[in-house]
Amino acid sequence: MTYSYYPGCTLKTKAKDLDHYGRLCAEALGITLEEIEEWQCCGAVYPLAQDEIATRLSSVRTLMAARDKGQALVTLCSACHHVLTRVNNDMAGNDNIRTKANNYLQPAVPYAGETRVLHYLQMLKECVGFDELAKKVVNPLKGRKIGAYYGCMILRPAKEMAFDDPENPTIIEEFIKALGAEAVVYPMRNECCGGYVTVKDADLAKKRVAKIMHSAKDKGAEELITACPLCLYNLQANAGADAVPVTYITELLAEALGLK
Amino acid sequence: MHFDQKETANLITRMSGTDPKKCMKCGKCSASCPSFDEMEYHPHQFVSMVVKGDVERLLASKSITKCLTCFACVQRCPRGVEPANLIEAVRVTALRQQGTCYLSPDDVPAIVDDQIPQQALVSAFRKYRK
Repeated sequence: MTYSYYPGCTLKTKAKDLDHYGRLCAEALGITLEEIEEWQCCGAVYPLAQDEIATRLSSVRTLMAARDKGQALVTLCSACHHVLTRVNNDMAGNDNIRTKANNYLQPAVPYAGETRVLHYLQMLKECVGFDELAKKVVNPLKGRKIGAYYGCMILRPAKEMAFDDPENPTIIEEFIKALGAEAVVYPMRNECCGGYVTVKDADLAKKRVAKIMHSAKDKGAEELITACPLCLYNLQANAGADAVPVTYITELLAEALGLK
Repeated sequence: MHFDQKETANLITRMSGTDPKKCMKCGKCSASCPSFDEMEYHPHQFVSMVVKGDVERLLASKSITKCLTCFACVQRCPRGVEPANLIEAVRVTALRQQGTCYLSPDDVPAIVDDQIPQQALVSAFRKYRK
């Protein structure tokens, strides 16, 4: 199976491990990820204001590139996934945004949200299946107690993201179990890490992360995994005494598949 | 410059794409908000103040820089009001009308470490500057 792949700005720089192991594991699982050519940054935050058109255009270009190849579009970064999914929904269902974006871009074939946007985890679940994935594990992570940190962007708002139950998600826990480890469920796994506010107000992020780490540790998690580079940064840089190690989902996958 | 609060409140409502009049004042948005303690005006107050046309204080408040845009309020609102969209519309209006900017490129070297992901800087500039 071949997918279009959008890495995004951070996966080419600070989050190279998220990208590198994601590609390596996909290849080992028989999935081809074709990077979109000349992709541009998605903007990292979805433009909520209805009259912000120009800030949606880079995502539209990416979505069109996948449409022109007839492929579904896979992302790893939670923020990219959030932005691309919601701009795609706008192009499918919002006449004003669709008309203006097409007027700006003047594509040979107007775009109306035809591309299917998938997160890497959804791709694994659909294309491989977690039962099949478990059979391909060569280095089962037995005895490891791992907490999923979902954060905000891949879950909410659920009516748009359609990723998982926003209050009781299970996909990362299924993933952890498939790799042979114990999935630790803790209350703060879908609460915000502080996000971009850390740039101006690291203390706010520290308060958020302290609560998340305390919650995870209290339930017995000895490590956390995430799909979001900004979550990883906040969970590492803004953690206090309760800190547990945090890695990317793809690093854990590579470890279990014997690729790391 | 003449500033018409009602007109600005209408502009904010249109920009947000949501209908704050649907609010039934249950307070779930503010109860869910991870930045509640940091905010002078809380999410439910953004909703009611925009309805009343009382927006000048919101536009001047630091509260617009404390919303994490985590969508907890949007997810948990039983009436589909989407408070985060209203807070964003107030913030965008402040940036456009007053030219306020909360982050300058010159600030960056002093406030970040070498591990900060590009995603954080791109997001912060999108939120805090036009």
